Amino acid sequence: MEILGLYNYWVFAILLMIGFYAVIAKRNLVKKLIGLSLFQAAVFLLYITMGKVDGGTAPIFSGTGDVIFSNPLPQVLILTAIVVGISTTALGLGIVVRLKEEYGSIEEHEIQEIDER
Amino acid sequence: MIAIFGIFLLTLLVITAVAIVRTENLFVAVMLMGIASLLIAANFFLLDAADVALTEAAVGAGISTVLFLSALALTSERERAKSSNRILSFAVVAAAALILIYATFDKPRFGDPEAPVQTHVAPWYLEKTPEYIDIPNVVTAVLGSFRGYDTLGEVFVVFTAGIGVLFLLGSGVPLGSMPREKINEGLRHHLIPRVVGRVLIPFILLFGLYVQFHGEYGPGGGFQAGAIIAAAIILFALLEGEQRALSVLPERVLLGLVVFGPLLYGAVGVAGIVLGGNFLDYSVLSADPVKGQQLGILIIEAGVGVTVTGVLLGIFHAFAARGR
Repeated sequence: MEILGLYNYWVFAILLMIGFYAVIAKRNLVKKLIGLSLFQAAVFLLYITMGKVDGGTAPIFSGTGDVIFSNPLPQVLILTAIVVGISTTALGLGIVVRLKEEYGSIEEHEIQEIDER
Repeated sequence: MIAIFGIFLLTLLVITAVAIVRTENLFVAVMLMGIASLLIAANFFLLDAADVALTEAAVGAGISTVLFLSALALTSERERAKSSNRILSFAVVAAAALILIYATFDKPRFGDPEAPVQTHVAPWYLEKTPEYIDIPNVVTAVLGSFRGYDTLGEVFVVFTAGIGVLFLLGSGVPLGSMPREKINEGLRHHLIPRVVGRVLIPFILLFGLYVQFHGEYGPGGGFQAGAIIAAAIILFALLEGEQRALSVLPERVLLGLVVFGPLLYGAVGVAGIVLGGNFLDYSVLSADPVKGQQLGILIIEAGVGVTVTGVLLGIFHAFAARGR
């Protein structure tokens, strides 16, 4: 179990880097934004994982005796971050749509070629 | 048993993420993103984060998918070019992943109650919430009151992003001046989705309102409720056509909601100053400080819900209007 205790963090590292790969290697702008969303999701997972306490439950008082609660603070941070994340992703998609209208392409290198002409 | 289930979900998540990056069809990638969001939401639930799971399910699997699809409808569905510098990128990413994994060996074991993150301020919040605010949901108490400044900032970020999208895409040509055949009819000619939608939408709205006003007692609050209500109205727009959705909630009303939410939140803060307290200090709102806190949280959660609903619907309509 000692090794499995770090499994969530490994998934965080791998997921973060899969998202990062899409951001740096893919040339399609929508794909880059998808990669960014994966990157974000990995960070969310890291925070929520850190807040978990063994044998704990969701931090909502129910009136019954001695209960261990998980940490509410990371949950608050991530709760707002998810909604802010979708708003900023929408802004990015808006920029991509405008680029498509102006350049006729959403591929990074094609847009650069048109700019250099 | 739950631990094994969590490991299973996370393994599926990694497989899904690899598939998302590998596929060249963006439509497939967006659909897989919806699945990935749902897997993450289920996993958040296992990690005791009920509020976050609710938000992720509504936002990630619901609204984010719709927004990506409407962006794809305006751009293209396929990736044209091969990746650039694949080997170099992969080497960089793999090296960084290995360093990150190496760093995890210094982290406290998963679920360790003695970890620094659990012993710093968190016990204070858990201990003082019943005394100062007296609502069961500690997440809502921290979000609305103890860290009200943060939440106000987040509301302004959501507001700014919404305004940004409206500036970039505009709100489109007024519907009245459009030729008849170009108006999006939605799925109005398909019987089964319409019937199912008619049955579901009232209950989704009702659930949204429950999540909004029950947020002090159970998982919920303005952010989740805003996303759920927006999802219900987006479903209505997809089924009945955008025009009908806009006649239910006209653009002016939507813009009003976008502005009204942050103003309501800010007004509660200013009311605190006027009544002799600090900015966003709800204790002075009522003769009994605890009652004042509860009242303040109820109002600012309403402000958050209104903002999130307005912004998400405004963004959706901006994308939809661009397609005409």
